[in-house]
Amino acid sequence: MQALNNLFLIIADFIRSLFADPHSVWANLTMDVINFIIVVIIIVLAALILILLERKIAGWTSQRTGPNRLGPRGWFQTIADALKLMGKEDVTPAGADRILFKIAPMIVFSLPMMTLAVIPYGNQMAPINLDLGIFYFLAVSAISTLAFLMAGWGSNNKYSLLGGMRAVAQMISYEIPLLFSLLGVVMITQSFNLGVIVQDQHTIPFIALQPLAFVIYIIAGIAEVNRAPFDLVEADQEVVAGPFTEYTGLRWGLFFLGEYGNMTAVSALAATVFLGGWQGPFLPGWIWFWMKVGIIIFFMMWVRWTFPRIRVDHLMHLAWKVLLPLSILNIFLTGLGIYIYRLVMGG
Amino acid sequence: MSIDKTEDLILNMGPQHPSMHGLFRMVVHLEGETVTEIDPKIGYLHRGIEKLAESRTYTQFIPYTDRLDYLASPHNNWAYVQTVEKLMGVEIPERAEYLRVIFGELSRIASHQVMIASTALDIAGWTAWSYAFRDRERILDMYEMTAGSRLTVNIMRIGGMSAEPPAEFWPALKSFLDDTPEMLEEYYGVFLGNEIAQGRLKNVGILSKELAQSLSITGPVLRGSGVQYDLRRAEPYSIYDRFDFDIPVRYGCDSYDRTMIRMDEIKESIKIIKQAVRDIPEGPIMAKVPKVIKPPVGEVYHRVENPKGELGFYIVSDGSTKPSRVRIRPGTFVNLQMLPIVAKGWKIQDVVAIFATLDAVLGEVDK
Repeated sequence: MQALNNLFLIIADFIRSLFADPHSVWANLTMDVINFIIVVIIIVLAALILILLERKIAGWTSQRTGPNRLGPRGWFQTIADALKLMGKEDVTPAGADRILFKIAPMIVFSLPMMTLAVIPYGNQMAPINLDLGIFYFLAVSAISTLAFLMAGWGSNNKYSLLGGMRAVAQMISYEIPLLFSLLGVVMITQSFNLGVIVQDQHTIPFIALQPLAFVIYIIAGIAEVNRAPFDLVEADQEVVAGPFTEYTGLRWGLFFLGEYGNMTAVSALAATVFLGGWQGPFLPGWIWFWMKVGIIIFFMMWVRWTFPRIRVDHLMHLAWKVLLPLSILNIFLTGLGIYIYRLVMGG
Repeated sequence: MSIDKTEDLILNMGPQHPSMHGLFRMVVHLEGETVTEIDPKIGYLHRGIEKLAESRTYTQFIPYTDRLDYLASPHNNWAYVQTVEKLMGVEIPERAEYLRVIFGELSRIASHQVMIASTALDIAGWTAWSYAFRDRERILDMYEMTAGSRLTVNIMRIGGMSAEPPAEFWPALKSFLDDTPEMLEEYYGVFLGNEIAQGRLKNVGILSKELAQSLSITGPVLRGSGVQYDLRRAEPYSIYDRFDFDIPVRYGCDSYDRTMIRMDEIKESIKIIKQAVRDIPEGPIMAKVPKVIKPPVGEVYHRVENPKGELGFYIVSDGSTKPSRVRIRPGTFVNLQMLPIVAKGWKIQDVVAIFATLDAVLGEVDK
């Protein structure tokens, strides 16, 4: 049991033990490379599974079957789709800003790699154990706004431009409640380190102490990854996939990978900060972690296929007039709670 | 010197655009996301149906009417064959009249289901879309049982109906009618009752009563603007004077009420079909009309309440087997006039919603 729980730590120690000095520069570098590869594998696997899951859930909610032809129950559909995407011609539209157009999907894809690197997947299993984990996570994920704007501007397409503009307005607005919703937890734990935050939840997950913050985080998180009902950036009915209109083949696929990677990252942060991360009885920690992430992702997909798209002014209204005051109220209440707790406990 | 106003962004939406139903195109002038001017362009689906009629016999033209408002083809057949019957002075058998009412109202339900579905889809309600299409499928199955085809059913003939519904039609119809209240509840639950959807549709695209009347708008769009006008009641054709039903009307004048009015009309159609099924007599389904249809010299105009508005046919006969001139007055073509006026000043996504609530079928607009 213990061995299973620490499976990956044991493997890591084994690899390190192959070096003469297990903590030499070379050993550390090797471990970093391996960690990096693991994160990439996580994203690609997540995208492969999630795309299929999304289509299946879409089918279940709207009483269809979803993909069911290729492989058992259609499980190989995403692989076939990925192969198809690779075979597509890579078109750069005439008049596009070539550099911006080409690097935008790479940036979008690289961000979940950077954010997922600080998540603790199990006890002491964060690929990079950063003291400023939450801070780093939010700072890095904010870059995706820029990438969408680059794609929108660089495509030389009016729909893309509108989509890019929407991305900036929406993502910057929702970043603030997202950030504020996490502050309550930081105030309780007195730490930005995600590992410490998970350790502190060994008695009770923070969703019980911060229910309001959790709700705000989920809403702002869905908006942050541009999923319905906040998918104004890529609204096909209005701006025809927005920044992605002109993309083809693998570049478009990278946006897709990035979207699902970002979704995994936001869900992973929610699981870590509010649902107790890898904490849980009986099963190994890393299984608990992925189960919690899975529940949040399922919830996000469920919402996506149930709700229509929100109106653009209501979107801003919700962010600035509802979520932001609520998140500030939450910080105030948390501070009050901590103060009373200290008074009572005499801390 | 300061520049107070930047140049408008001119955006071409359509004819290949996900939310332009069929082949509609509009050139939109944008200031940011706000629409300052809309220039609708139609004609991408123009097939010259009116001209084609002049080289077809009266009977041969019936399938062409299917291709007008292809979401409610029995109703188009009905409008056309009734016009010709009016010209010839043919009385059709009772049973055929009842069957025409049943199929006409079924097509009204199917058309309104597509409207609800496509409005939901245009504001990204994918699930509501598939629910409505799932239920419409049952109507298409009933068409298929009777006429053999599902979309362009060509079910009516001059003088009656093309076919008697088979035995399995009646149980299918009954179970469909019984399930409809539940369906409507489902549409309301997943789409029209949803707060986000209401936020998208309520108070958006106000078409005032005066404007609607001055633009000679008809159909559910007019009734959603507070005018209780329906040809089935105003000028009862066929046997509509025998049925007990209401003309629903809503006073919101906005996109939401234009959508909800369709829900109300489905309920009324169910009432009519139930009465028709109860009262339908036995008998022939075709009147005695000559093999070769040769209406007397003259001209006639007849109009019916199509699911999308008033559909009128004007036929000039020179006494030969082919009409001398056919003119079609399509409901949505006239209704479409309101779009540039009403949608001005709204955001681009509201324009998409307003256009969806018009329920334009380009087959009818372009003819």
